[in-house]
Amino acid sequence: MNLIAAAAAEPAFAVPVLLLDICLMALLVVVAFAIVRMRSLFAIVMLQGVYSLVCAVWFVTLDAVDVAFTEAAVGAGVSTVLMLSAMLLADRKSTPVPMRRQFGALMVVVLAGAAMLYAVGDMPAFGDVNSPANAYVGMDFIGKTAEEIQIPNVVTAVLASYRGYDTFGEVVVIFSAGLGVLLLLGLNGNAGRWEAKPNGQVINDRTAPSAANVEDIRTPDQKAEGET
Amino acid sequence: MSNPEEKLGVDEFGRDPHVLLRVIAKFLIPLIALFAFYVQFHGDYGPGGGFQAGVILAASVILYALIFGLAEAKKAFPPRLIRYGMTLGVILYGGTGVVNLILGGEFLNYSNLASDSIAGQHYGILAVELGVLVTVTTVMIAIFYAFGSRQPETSDEDW
Repeated sequence: MNLIAAAAAEPAFAVPVLLLDICLMALLVVVAFAIVRMRSLFAIVMLQGVYSLVCAVWFVTLDAVDVAFTEAAVGAGVSTVLMLSAMLLADRKSTPVPMRRQFGALMVVVLAGAAMLYAVGDMPAFGDVNSPANAYVGMDFIGKTAEEIQIPNVVTAVLASYRGYDTFGEVVVIFSAGLGVLLLLGLNGNAGRWEAKPNGQVINDRTAPSAANVEDIRTPDQKAEGET
Repeated sequence: MSNPEEKLGVDEFGRDPHVLLRVIAKFLIPLIALFAFYVQFHGDYGPGGGFQAGVILAASVILYALIFGLAEAKKAFPPRLIRYGMTLGVILYGGTGVVNLILGGEFLNYSNLASDSIAGQHYGILAVELGVLVTVTTVMIAIFYAFGSRQPETSDEDW
């Protein structure tokens, strides 16, 4: 109650927004628990999309619209589809892990959670002008964008101009990620000889749709080997 | 998606069980692509930019692949474009920096790209955002093609 009273005194951080934030956080916890309890991979992938979408809404209430936009497009949109297409190569359901093998993971989660709770005390208040993120060079960018670059969206100015090196690095990272996928899987899914058994149904490089576009260069021996 | 032996999207009575899905997707896909370009070129004024626009543009191609099948999508967006697109985006980004270097400035400082330093910044940001758009779009489509081409067409019972 103290928190809400303090928030009401702060015009930028009104009570409805605080309540909305609490609801969104609660929703995130519910979705996270549902993901942990779920066994159907399809439902898990869909719930991960929901999780990203709730995150995006939460970022909007924090006034981070650019981040929210990215989260909605990448997290809820494309990664859901990519996870689905990867999931179709695996079984549709995950097998439960026995209880005794879960204690190690539980310890890691509890320790990491405790460390984060310990660190919360040192975090600057939301929107604090004296916090390291807002002071120093950040303030400089906001002040100088209007005269040096003259575009209204400071985020774009920082991303493309002031921090152009970082963004170049990001583009190269995406490029290398794409390169890695193409080297491992092939552009038409035809790299190497492979076999998968989703739901007991055997699929391999000869039965995949990509095989239709590629000439079969195997020797008769290899063909016989592949069919057994 | 339908079974491979059937004609795409038609059941044994010659009806399309996903006709609503296909009609609505056909209507939506151009709008999604248009929205991607809005996000791209409006990035200077509002939220958005190359990353988001690239993902949305890729999503329009992926939606087309999900609704009409991978083979149709590969006709609309040929896989060979991906190899050129991925590299072209990175070269466009790095090249903008190098051009400014040649014009007497610093790498990735766009002030020398035009006679006026502010106009130069605008051109530079436009060019690098275009590079980001091209790379992100093609890489997202590449990952989808790479995974999607591995599995046989999904039957409706799989969901």
